[in-house]
Amino acid sequence: MALLVVNGRNIAVDVEPEMPLLWALRDELGLVGTKFGCGAGLCGACTVLIDGQATRSCITPVSDAAGKTILTIEGLGEKGLHAVQRAWIEADAPQCGYCQSGQIMAAVALIAHNPNPSDADIDAEMSNICRCGTYPRMRAAVHRAAELAKI
Amino acid sequence: MTMILSRRFFIQASLSAAGGLMIAAFAPEFAGATSLAGEPWSPETGKTPDEVNAFVVIDPDSSIRLRVPKSEMGQGVLTSLAMILAEELECDFAKVKVEYASGHRNLIDNNVYQSMGTGGSRSIRGSRVYLQQAGASARARLVAAAAVRWGVEPAACVASGGLVRNEASGRSATYGELAADAAKVALAIEPAIKTPDQFKLIGAGLKRIDTPLKVTGAARFGIDTRLPNMAYAAAANCPVFGGKLKSYDFSAISGRRGVIAAVPVTNGVAVVADNFWRAKEALKAMPIVWDFGPAASTDSGEFRAEYHAALDGPLANGGGYGDVDAAFASPAKLVEAVYEVPYLAHAPMEPLNATAHWRGDRIDVWMGTQSPESALALAAKAGGVDPKAVFVHNCFLGGGFGRRAVNDELTQAVEVSKALGRPIKLIWTREEDIRSDRYRPQAALRMRAALSGDGSPAGFEFSTAVGSITRSLGWGEVKDGVERQAVEGLANCPYRAGALHVGVNLKNTHVPVMFWRSVGSSQNAFAVESFIDEIAHAAGRDPLEYRRALLQGRPDFLAVIDKLADKGDWGKPLPKGVGRGMAIHEAFGTIVGEIAEVAVSDSGEVRVQRVVACVDCGHLVNPLTAAMQIESAVLYGLTAALFGEITIKQGRVEQGNFDSYPIARMADAPVIETHFALSGGDKWGGLGEPGTPPIAPAIANAVFAATGKRIRSLPLKNVALGA
Repeated sequence: MALLVVNGRNIAVDVEPEMPLLWALRDELGLVGTKFGCGAGLCGACTVLIDGQATRSCITPVSDAAGKTILTIEGLGEKGLHAVQRAWIEADAPQCGYCQSGQIMAAVALIAHNPNPSDADIDAEMSNICRCGTYPRMRAAVHRAAELAKI
Repeated sequence: MTMILSRRFFIQASLSAAGGLMIAAFAPEFAGATSLAGEPWSPETGKTPDEVNAFVVIDPDSSIRLRVPKSEMGQGVLTSLAMILAEELECDFAKVKVEYASGHRNLIDNNVYQSMGTGGSRSIRGSRVYLQQAGASARARLVAAAAVRWGVEPAACVASGGLVRNEASGRSATYGELAADAAKVALAIEPAIKTPDQFKLIGAGLKRIDTPLKVTGAARFGIDTRLPNMAYAAAANCPVFGGKLKSYDFSAISGRRGVIAAVPVTNGVAVVADNFWRAKEALKAMPIVWDFGPAASTDSGEFRAEYHAALDGPLANGGGYGDVDAAFASPAKLVEAVYEVPYLAHAPMEPLNATAHWRGDRIDVWMGTQSPESALALAAKAGGVDPKAVFVHNCFLGGGFGRRAVNDELTQAVEVSKALGRPIKLIWTREEDIRSDRYRPQAALRMRAALSGDGSPAGFEFSTAVGSITRSLGWGEVKDGVERQAVEGLANCPYRAGALHVGVNLKNTHVPVMFWRSVGSSQNAFAVESFIDEIAHAAGRDPLEYRRALLQGRPDFLAVIDKLADKGDWGKPLPKGVGRGMAIHEAFGTIVGEIAEVAVSDSGEVRVQRVVACVDCGHLVNPLTAAMQIESAVLYGLTAALFGEITIKQGRVEQGNFDSYPIARMADAPVIETHFALSGGDKWGGLGEPGTPPIAPAIANAVFAATGKRIRSLPLKNVALGA
């Protein structure tokens, strides 16, 4: 039994300690906004925040996440849309949308520790894959989110 | 475990009484905003009284639901097709909700939604007229109902903004008040649809209606389906195409936590558990014996040699004009080059998956499919059920690009559900997705030009050796050795020469091939547009000027290329090590020209810095989603040009995940600028695919401009460009 703190709630999950957090979130807790893309930490579709750090949940065992603060896309907008979500809407970033939960969580972590990211910072830290090619709009959206976060 | 989720975003995904998946997102921020309603029609719910016609449902409170008969895979059809309906309906678009039309209804209700397949960049150009007609027809019925109610002529009533008004009497009624009467109206004649000069909504850059769902995690993809008593299946397909499952040892994994069963399926075996991770880990641990079959000794080196040899014939006649033999009899200059492209996987971000519930006399399916109709037929066949008793609940597609047109994963999900008698969500891991795809064909093209003394082409001879998609899909024999996909962009080459001949050798290996974003144009544009660049240089001419000279009979091409050259700064100086390349290609009724600016470092590292595109698709329904499709198509083609290749060793695919099949990331993405040179008139071109073909040759031509090295084989990662 692992005790997880997901989106501000304490939840006990009865799974193997080595089960990746992704599958505990999706199949045990029904939080399917976090996506499965590669299962190998390569694409970032499964990105969640663990203690504020963008983390690829498909290669993070539940045992590593236990007791830490986990934020998923479902928790991000609970108290009104986050600046990143508002910027994403303004910039018309999503297409198919599948990678966008992970992209948004990565952007939230980026502007939290770097309030004025340059294009080079965005290139370095926004490393999640998008097959629809939303990168140019996401890049603009990260800059806009950084502005919105200061308002 | 039970978890009570009390949140401002309450996402509901549950079975309705009719067995359809209701997808709804409730968020105060979006109350009243457009969103996906997504309640599939079924015979149980029937034609509700508020249904004005099969596309338009109006509730008494005047909320409007529009049914879209195409799949949303990122291209924006939920928005653009709803705009077409709303254009004629004359309603407030901000109050519209959109849902998928039902494939089941299409089957049993006289094909009311026509072709529901989403592909070939056809969604708008294939459905615009009947969607306009459906919207206009609904509006005319609302007007007729009001006229009867008020005892006036329909011509004295005006519909706009969700209201019908009669100016003379000052009376008005909401669409909601009129909907039930309107549904009973039989129109003597169908109303005329608007012409482009009358459009108010079509042509407006409206924001996508699905964006709020997609930034909150609320959009439901097939893989997100959760049903009572559902189990999870992981599938292993035979690693060598055409091979067979011999045996497996379930006893080796039967004691693992959560593991339920192993079930043989088409092309392999699936392991079922109470959580997908448990299923896939158990599958990995289960001993499986395959009969790999005769293809187990093949490899890509052998295929490459075979495709080259296939260019020597025999070649079928793929079209052309003029006397090619005479043109090549004594040319002033002969230019010849062979271009090669590899197999490519689609690799949509959402790995292939399907959820099936087989119940003896009925099958329900939840998935993202590009073809609800063929999904329905596949499920019926796999489950032994009448197609009329199959319900495909289409979801958002996490990318399609052609792959979701044929749903191999669905057959397996139905087989497992039938074997175990419970709902099954079957998922292919990324490795299965890459290794069990139906690929863009490998191809070799030999391009020959006989040049006259002034450098103009007296004759072109284009030969292609490429896999047949028709044959690979088992869609019958190919007539006269030529299929359309093999010659698109070759036989209709816009550059006028003295003569043209296209030769075709359709040659398949055991590797299955299918539609990949822009299909045959993806390789043919690379060959034609690289070759034109080569000839221009051989003739000592500027590639833009040379193209223009051969496009004099095509004012539409000239309009695009001139605007492209202007916006793309053609001819303006660039720093050392940076080159500019152009390409232009017509596909799916649309002309797209692209200029790429590419930097090549001393060590040979390639960076595409900027791409300028110019597009003639005739008309635009939504300029915003149109530009997004060009950006998307450019990046999809850029990934393929730089990195994309599927190779075969011992009969099986060598790549498996995004480490061995790399995809362009943020740091690889150029600035992309999209411009339009719209010719209007009767032309309505597609937009999902035509942006892809020009990018590979534009990049290759830019690399030549930067380095003097000609790229004749993709991907570029295999080409040494360092000093």
